[in-house]
Amino acid sequence: MLLQDKLVQIVTNPQLSPKQKSNYLALEAEASLPYMPISTEVKAAMNDGIICDMFEGHAPFKPRYVLPDYARYLKQGSEYLELSPAQDLDEAINALTILYHHVPSVTNIPVYLGQLDEILMPFTEGMDAEVLYRKLKLFWIMLDRTLPDAFMHVNIGPTDNIVCRTLLRIDAELKQVAPNLTFMYDPAVTPDDLLLLATTNICHCSKPHIANYPLHASAFDERGFGIVSCYNALPLAGGANTLVRLNLKEVALKANSINDFFDTVLPNYCSLTFELIDARSAFLHHESHFFDSFLVKEQLIDESRFAPMFGIYGMAEAVNILQTLTASGEVTPAIHARYGHEMDANQLGYRISAALDAIVKSTPVAHGFHGRALLHSQGGISLDKNVTPGVRIPYGTEPNPIAHIQALAQHHQYYTAGISDILTIDETVKSNPQAMFQLCKAALELGFREFTANVASNDLMRVTGYMVKRSDIEAFKQCGSRLNTTGLAAEAAVNTGILQRQARVIAHEHSPCVVK
Amino acid sequence: MSLNKPAINKQAIVSQLLPFSCVDGPGSRLVLFLQGCNYQCKNCHNPHTIGLCDACGDCVATCPENALTLINLNNKHHIQWDSERCSQCDTCIAVCPKQASPKVSRYTVEEILTILHSQRHFINGITVSGGEASLQLPFILALFKGIKATESLSHLTCMLDTNGSLSLTGWHKLLPFLDGAMVDLKAWQQDTHRYITGRDNHAVFKSIQLLAQQQKMYEVRLLHIPSITDYEDEIDALATYLLLLGPDTRVKLNAFHHHGVVDDALNWPSCKQADIERLAATLAKRGVTNLVLPSIYL
Ligand code: SF4
Ligand code: SF4
Repeated sequence: MLLQDKLVQIVTNPQLSPKQKSNYLALEAEASLPYMPISTEVKAAMNDGIICDMFEGHAPFKPRYVLPDYARYLKQGSEYLELSPAQDLDEAINALTILYHHVPSVTNIPVYLGQLDEILMPFTEGMDAEVLYRKLKLFWIMLDRTLPDAFMHVNIGPTDNIVCRTLLRIDAELKQVAPNLTFMYDPAVTPDDLLLLATTNICHCSKPHIANYPLHASAFDERGFGIVSCYNALPLAGGANTLVRLNLKEVALKANSINDFFDTVLPNYCSLTFELIDARSAFLHHESHFFDSFLVKEQLIDESRFAPMFGIYGMAEAVNILQTLTASGEVTPAIHARYGHEMDANQLGYRISAALDAIVKSTPVAHGFHGRALLHSQGGISLDKNVTPGVRIPYGTEPNPIAHIQALAQHHQYYTAGISDILTIDETVKSNPQAMFQLCKAALELGFREFTANVASNDLMRVTGYMVKRSDIEAFKQCGSRLNTTGLAAEAAVNTGILQRQARVIAHEHSPCVVK
Repeated sequence: MSLNKPAINKQAIVSQLLPFSCVDGPGSRLVLFLQGCNYQCKNCHNPHTIGLCDACGDCVATCPENALTLINLNNKHHIQWDSERCSQCDTCIAVCPKQASPKVSRYTVEEILTILHSQRHFINGITVSGGEASLQLPFILALFKGIKATESLSHLTCMLDTNGSLSLTGWHKLLPFLDGAMVDLKAWQQDTHRYITGRDNHAVFKSIQLLAQQQKMYEVRLLHIPSITDYEDEIDALATYLLLLGPDTRVKLNAFHHHGVVDDALNWPSCKQADIERLAATLAKRGVTNLVLPSIYL
């Protein structure tokens, strides 16, 4: 299609708001520029769907994810924004609201809204609990209505404090799509009743995610980290300059044996992925002038704290394909789903994750966190077909929640930049939050970095990694949506069979047996 | 492990093992459904768990997946079920003349302890259900004893889901290892109980009384079938009785539905949300407050 025709389609689309149209127009404009210089091998791998730049654009002029140091900002004010340091809660909320509009991201809406309890607590001293509740509730409603993107992420916990508890109360009450919410859990700090409150919220609205605080904290440094967008863990006061992802399914299809996969094919495609990563970050860091921003001058972000995310997806298919490789390299289809169910399939998966981890930790990049990219189990995008996000077990073949967690836990240690496994849990859990609590606690104990559950009958549900309302997906087809992400979700629902994801509590018996 | 060999080798006939359940007692639980029941409830939702297979072989030829084989072991017939082949079409269950199923498993106490060990962090306990679980009391005793005697498992609570027909002698054997029980009170009046279940309810009342005395009466369950059960007609007596059990006993109201039901009971009215809410309201008016209502209605 000619560029002009595309532009006409966008401006005349009956389902997009003027602002959404502007965004799509900008994307088309960027896409009309020549792609940054890359080798023919990389280009071929992109064309074949093996390496994917996540449609970040041809000339990246802003990082993918930015995590400003909001605490510093509230403390020092901003010369550029002509703001003095915040004196009370109203000023703090107002200052945050202002800065959110100056934090770029791949979606143009900030993906990280801050460790809100930690940064707001200093302003709550002596404040009446009900007054705090009203102020935070208005703030929460404002976020959902003015920054309508489910990728936008708030962090709370691991300490027990009134802002954390009040936000959990408000979030359960309003059941909004935005903002997304991560609760940090640290067994040494977080009381059980606070985790129970958070897991009770999951029963009501499939939020928050529970992050394994000690595990994440030890992967970063003193300046800290944040969970942003869909389960990306990144350095605070930094972020991700780019995300390039590798389709393990397609890589597996190029291998003629398991050894060939590990010895040749995987390392080869990893190095092509690194080439694209370096090309993209070179443009951002050297050509775009992004790092001239006031965010850098006022030390809210630091160029050296941006890392590329090395994403992977299609682990399930890769394992199933590799296991059916015959001596001649031919693929014979398996009868039963193996990945996520059989020990040997799971072991092969862990071996792939470990190999990726070793490659990413030993490969220098020009612009990285301590000179390295960060490995990420990527949660899928709406255009993915017949390939499962990250290291997840394919939709509809998930085993019972316990077996599900046990099958995937060993992957989690490798994915520093985040990993999301969505557990679908039968709606009977709604009247038994203790069960959710127990499941969550055990998952984190077993090494899960993130615990994310979807209660089957909830109207709020997760698609790839963000929240949409089930009813919105239907409604979007009729009349468009106020929320930017619902369009993506409608695509995802059609392309990835997400509405068929099974709520599984019942497991089939395992042992074949003899009966008298 | 302090168990002697014979105890650990005790086997149960299991119709289903559910690794994670939210509706069978407090918190998250592994549930073991044992095959076989001594009641003949007209309203049974799982009639194929009532009988025990005698290897008559009737079902073998009807299986469309060839998942069933009649084999001979030590001069005795057995049915072998290949779960990998089975498509869960349930034809075998439909043709079985014994209200049984060829798709059952046998587990020893040791095997269950091993499964519990591998998921001990995920669950708060185990619930043994049925069929009528107490028919396999020696197995349950050995299992619960084994759990309490194993350090890594001793935090798990052991619950029994039962129709209440177990004798007092049986209960006294089990009580030291039991953390709580869920008991069905299927009807108040003798005649109604007999009409629905084929058995009288003396033992049920005795069981409930003993469990309440011992503070182990976790939940009394009332399965409401409008126009069939007599809870509403006997509401005063029922409420007075439930109040005596004390505030720690939950009263769970279940709604009868037609799923899985056969014969006569298909003509009975299913219980709607409004029916349950009316029953709950009349009980609440009489002071019964620890009520638990269904989270889903079919
Ligand atoms: S349920 Fe399984 S074993 Fe029974 S008839 Fe069907 S396929 Fe055969
Ligand atoms: S399951 Fe029923 S029909 Fe099949 S062999 Fe056993 S008793 Fe006979």
